Amino acid sequence: MTSIAKPKIVHRGLRRNALGLTIRDYEGGMSTLCAGCGHDSVTAAIVQAFFELDIPPHRVAKMSGIGCSSKTPAYFLGASHGFNAVHGRMPSIATGAGAANRDLYLLGISGDGDSLSIGLGQFAHAVRRNLDMLYVIENNGVYGLTKGQFSASADVGSKAKRGEENRQPPIDPVQMAMALGGTFVARSFSGDKDQLVPLIKAGIRHRGFALLDVLSPCVTFNDHEASTKSYAYTREFRHRVVNADFIPPREEIKAAYDEGEVMPIELHDGSRVLLRKISKDYNPHNRGAAIDYIRSHHRAGEIVTGLLYMDEGDPDMHGLNNTSRTPLNELPFEALCPGADALASLQRRFR
Amino acid sequence: MQPTKTDGTEYFHRVVDCQWGCPAHTDVPEYIRLIAQGRFSDAYLLNRTSNVFPGILGRVCDRPCEPACRRGRVEEKPVAICRLKRVAADHRDDVTARLPRAPAQKNGKRVALVGAGCASLTVANDLMPLGYECVIFEALDKPGGLMRTNIPAFRLPAHVLDEEIAYITDMGVDLRLSTPVESMRGLLEQGFDAVFVGSGAPRGKDLDLPGRHDSDRIHIGIDWLESVAFEHVSKIGERVLIIGVGNTAMDCCRTSLRLGASDVKVMARKPRAFFKASDWELEDAEEERVEIVVNHSPKEFVVEGGKLLGMKFDRLEYDIDERGRILDSRVVDEVMIPCDDVVLAIGQDNAFPWIERDVGVEFDKWDVPVVDPVTFESTLPGVFFGGDAAFGPKNIIWAVEHGHQAAISIHRHCHGAPLTERLPRGVNLTSAKMGIHEWSYSNDFDPAARRIMPHVDLKSRFKKLNIEVELGFSAEQVATEVERCLNCDLQTVFTAEACIECDACIDICPVDCLTITPNGEQEEIEARLKTPRLEPDQPLYVSAELKQTGRVMVKDENLCVHCGLCAERCPTGAWDMQKSTLVVPYAVHELAADETGSSEETCHRARRTG
Repeated sequence: MTSIAKPKIVHRGLRRNALGLTIRDYEGGMSTLCAGCGHDSVTAAIVQAFFELDIPPHRVAKMSGIGCSSKTPAYFLGASHGFNAVHGRMPSIATGAGAANRDLYLLGISGDGDSLSIGLGQFAHAVRRNLDMLYVIENNGVYGLTKGQFSASADVGSKAKRGEENRQPPIDPVQMAMALGGTFVARSFSGDKDQLVPLIKAGIRHRGFALLDVLSPCVTFNDHEASTKSYAYTREFRHRVVNADFIPPREEIKAAYDEGEVMPIELHDGSRVLLRKISKDYNPHNRGAAIDYIRSHHRAGEIVTGLLYMDEGDPDMHGLNNTSRTPLNELPFEALCPGADALASLQRRFR
Repeated sequence: MQPTKTDGTEYFHRVVDCQWGCPAHTDVPEYIRLIAQGRFSDAYLLNRTSNVFPGILGRVCDRPCEPACRRGRVEEKPVAICRLKRVAADHRDDVTARLPRAPAQKNGKRVALVGAGCASLTVANDLMPLGYECVIFEALDKPGGLMRTNIPAFRLPAHVLDEEIAYITDMGVDLRLSTPVESMRGLLEQGFDAVFVGSGAPRGKDLDLPGRHDSDRIHIGIDWLESVAFEHVSKIGERVLIIGVGNTAMDCCRTSLRLGASDVKVMARKPRAFFKASDWELEDAEEERVEIVVNHSPKEFVVEGGKLLGMKFDRLEYDIDERGRILDSRVVDEVMIPCDDVVLAIGQDNAFPWIERDVGVEFDKWDVPVVDPVTFESTLPGVFFGGDAAFGPKNIIWAVEHGHQAAISIHRHCHGAPLTERLPRGVNLTSAKMGIHEWSYSNDFDPAARRIMPHVDLKSRFKKLNIEVELGFSAEQVATEVERCLNCDLQTVFTAEACIECDACIDICPVDCLTITPNGEQEEIEARLKTPRLEPDQPLYVSAELKQTGRVMVKDENLCVHCGLCAERCPTGAWDMQKSTLVVPYAVHELAADETGSSEETCHRARRTG
């Protein structure tokens, strides 16, 4: 046998969601990534989140660029829409898809190479226009597909597998998104689904651009001792500051919390995100203080994770640009294409 | 929780549900793989090592392996293990040259075996190659015991029996047919080094109701089947009532249909859920239009002027609770069901009128001999019991296992070794990894449903008493059915030190049976499992604490399909698929151990050399 497929076994312990689907119905093709790749765990977290959110797979558009991370949409939500864009250009395609159909859940999957080097400009503008999507960066600090060269997120002092040391300062997508006015900024770790799954759920339900930077170790090229993005390093220096619990609409909050500890945020669809502070001196509503906190901890070698900043009030791209409420494919032909006379009169207004 | 102990033989044996369920520990997955490779003779001989009668058992085994089969938990129906065994038997080449042989040089020990049934034959099978002289005393004029007398030929053809019995007797067994043993004392006086009693449970239970002795059309099931088998009885009335609903009842009702009955009713006292008969035997009987009548308790035989008219029954009603237990019952009314013959199939007992009670064999208050469950020795040293004679009616495969164990005891007894210091079982583990994406077994999950055994059509099968109903699987059916086996002996073996907790195994597992979780009490861990624990009897495999977080890897063995994807996706080889081989000692290994002095080593070597 040259490759092994995951068999679809409907066993007795398998749960069904509100749509009557099992988690198997949210899976995709068999991963061809290296065994042990963090990206496969992110894939599994996405599968779990969409299953638990009861979202029909065909209502999702998976967008990606180029790289190991950008291959992963083939491995989840096999029954949804997808677009594998040119390197770094996924945000533009996603913007178009979102503008054309507001009813789709946009899920962008990118990597540190795709978003922080060739696609940096695209990424920055997607944040700036507050495109309604969940944008996941599967961040491993290396170019895995081309045999492990440092990427723009590699930390100073981190060593490659063959021993070279990185000397250029890293670009942190989290700090960047905060500085650019991002309305939902989170960081997590592929090896912690308890943290990751609620963040994916909240990011999908958030109206506006949700950045989720996931440390997702490259098991082949960046999981050695001198790496700062290995499983072991991430586990040791990860610092959880804010936990996010996602509560779907109409569901009671069952867990007991101490007063003053929890900050509930209501989302536009009635679901809630409960922010639980783990670190007392962290404030997920103060953009400036949050950036300072993350920067100073980064300097100390710590990786700050959790739902780091959230603002549900800002208008998203649809609000800013007054896009069509009805998906374009459902508009009658006359409305979608009003004819040459209408075009001519529009052009006259700009003369 | 403490890390699960897997170093003994029990843990990995238990995972192989069929082998664990089989009293004789037949290596089912291995023989199914051999069949898949077309190595029918090898599959047959592997079977024969543990169960001695593959051709017979492939047709009529009680198959405790099948209700145990994991496939039945993952889907609905277990692998057709028993009928695959028949495939190996049907398609084997001449294996006579590969069978054990008795040495020309005997060891000078003589063993008497009472009854030529499956238990005694197994003892002879195990002891003859060691140089023993085995004398079997059989009351009837043919060997086979209940396999011949109580199992009808349409289920078990005589030639299959003859062939497999001959494999044993041809080693030079002194088989004395038509020679009933009438006195244990007399037997002991003949100076045997050991005596094995494998005389079965030959006494069918009677039903002492009014009218029982007023007609000669009321038969005791096992006696009647024996008369049919020896052609002393060749017909029965048109309307027959079978009392009782065990497997003997199924044989009685189907035999009746072949002797001229057209209206056969099996009368059960309780509802269907309480039937003793195996589901498949019930199905086969119902396929032949036997009516199974529930909730009828026999009350009276109605006989007028010596002619049996029918039977009166109390019709019962039961109160059954949610867990299916009977709380109460009451009589609704009385019914009379007319019939020409009644066959009583309500159980059987072992009986030893020929053992003098002062000869030294102690009997308990139920008048059953006291027998050690490990050594099978009675209270009289050198006298052993096995099969139904030991602990009452069980089945063939249990009798075979008793025979194996008794043979070990007899060998030790004859050599003055303590019976209890027996060779231990062992488990060998070997990695099944052959290369990238390559495992030494067929690990692809085949979703095919269980194949259905083809039968001779209903018209033709009744023409003669001995037309075998089951035709055996076709080549296509075999090819599909072998792939349904989940290869449970390919164990998932975990090395905690190597794990980097990347979750790859958790994410890929198609039945969600893996969880990495903080350690805790069993209840806490169970609450955190990815899939709820459905079968508390199935073990949890808990690792040592993992290096990076101190959490533990937990595997619920219940649903694992042994696809090997956890090992396939593991970057560090923390998960490995390893073939487990259960090493079961037999009498021949005792002999080898005597010679080398090292028991375990010999046992392993003997296994390798077959």
